[in-house]
Amino acid sequence: MSGAVATADKPRAVSDIGAAGRFLFWAGVVLLCAWVLVPIYLLAVNTLSSPQEVTAFPKTGVPSFDMGSIQFFLSFEGVLKALWNSVLVAVLTMILSIAIGAPAGYALSRFEFPGKATFRMLVLMTRAFPLPLLALPIAVMFIRIGLDDTPIGLALVHTTLAIPFAVLITFSIFSGIPLELEEAAWTLGCNRLQAFQRVVLPLVLPGITASAIFAFTISWNEVFAASVLTVQNRTLTAFLLQSLSVSPLHLRFAGGAALVIPALIFIFAVRKYMFAMWGIANR
Amino acid sequence: MNSKTLPYLLLAPATIFLVVFFLWPFLQIAWLAFTTEGGFTMQHFQTMAGNWKFWPTFWNTVILAAIVVPLQLVMALAMAQVVAKLKTTRNTILYIFTIPLGLSDLAAGIIWLAIFEQSGFLNSMLVGLGVVDKPILFLGYQNLWVIFIAVILAELWRATAIVMVILVSGMGLIPKEYYEAAEVFGAGPWKRFVKVTLPMLKPSIQTAMILRTIAAFEVFAVVVALGGTTLPVLVGETFNWQFALNDRNVAAAFALVILAISIAATLVFLRVLRTPKGATL
Repeated sequence: MSGAVATADKPRAVSDIGAAGRFLFWAGVVLLCAWVLVPIYLLAVNTLSSPQEVTAFPKTGVPSFDMGSIQFFLSFEGVLKALWNSVLVAVLTMILSIAIGAPAGYALSRFEFPGKATFRMLVLMTRAFPLPLLALPIAVMFIRIGLDDTPIGLALVHTTLAIPFAVLITFSIFSGIPLELEEAAWTLGCNRLQAFQRVVLPLVLPGITASAIFAFTISWNEVFAASVLTVQNRTLTAFLLQSLSVSPLHLRFAGGAALVIPALIFIFAVRKYMFAMWGIANR
Repeated sequence: MNSKTLPYLLLAPATIFLVVFFLWPFLQIAWLAFTTEGGFTMQHFQTMAGNWKFWPTFWNTVILAAIVVPLQLVMALAMAQVVAKLKTTRNTILYIFTIPLGLSDLAAGIIWLAIFEQSGFLNSMLVGLGVVDKPILFLGYQNLWVIFIAVILAELWRATAIVMVILVSGMGLIPKEYYEAAEVFGAGPWKRFVKVTLPMLKPSIQTAMILRTIAAFEVFAVVVALGGTTLPVLVGETFNWQFALNDRNVAAAFALVILAISIAATLVFLRVLRTPKGATL
């Protein structure tokens, strides 16, 4: 996919613009990279400084590699539990959204049937809605059935956020596997399930993993529904949001870093699929 | 199991899920907002609009979106053009550009807090350069416009990546013959961008604009991280009415307002950026 992007759009190579133009171009590239990276660096500086240095003035912009802020953060009451809840909810969301979304993606890519357009419409509709707000009535529903303030309850709501993506991504992944491969397996004596397990599954596994990681990230980052649906079992985002106005700066920065680090790793892991899934999901 | 029933079986879990956790709560929100003890009422909307905070809240949200989203489109187009011209460094630069895509809005707010808070990096730089004598309290209620700017910067920083990703994927679908033809007829780089890239990118631009505008109306954690409750926005007020003021009906009315402007914006983009029939690839 990324190869296709590279070759299809080539207005003019850098080499045939003048030297001044080339300098401006690279200055622009450096500037844009700095715009993305410097703020993250500054957060890292604050996280790797002692609590005193975080509130000190002026700042040097160089970390002292003091673990004070991180230790304070990790030993702060409720933080470890919040971290654990965040991981738990995100893992549940990941499992649920793939278990529910992938079969739908497969059905959309392999079959023509009445009602297909309606289902696609339902999935696309969810993207035009401010979904986290639906947590408000769901909170009441959960109290009624005893799911309030539970990780599984929040995971169900996060799954609603992740399913449209899971369906569209898996749809595009399955569509990339030629039906002929499956048909070949059928003629060699496999039934549909066996053909799927032996032929399709190994081919789509990396893509499915990417979309699972994407679901994890959606849940890990979500703030509003998490804050609405949890009280005792707060996730990290809900915990940080709730304590923003009362907690010291170094707690906020270390908390921010705790949110950022896994997200950085995950985006790195799925970078190859980022464009494939949007290129197709967007039409 | 034959291929008549199989697709429905495969779709059933997702359909049931979306009905239970998407359509049903949506109906409940509408129900909450429009009824009181079983009867129809506009009372909750009146309570909402009658509150002195409502219109400032509404306009803050809309103006934020109106500033952030167009700027993001311009920035994302620039980034996508830059990426298109790269060769060997393409993948690295592309990864760097997409980093903020995976970050939570709360994290983005906290990151920009490190820059804008009183003992933060911006003040350190200004004092260091001798621009000001002592650090300024940027994020106080006296400096509402600075909070506004900080929120805009944080949103630009965080959410431009998603627009760029959509545009880069869209550019990959434009056949290069179009550019070659334009070049043969003597079109320069700018003309090629305006006459080929932009019109061909229309569907991607449309998707990106719809997605981003809806998300911009939902702005919440960034604002709370940077300005607490000093700069009220719609989702923040929804939260406030639900929990601090304990009025679920008015909170539901707020949610419907956000939904209404989201749908209105979607319809506008569908109409303004529509691709004429027969002009698709």
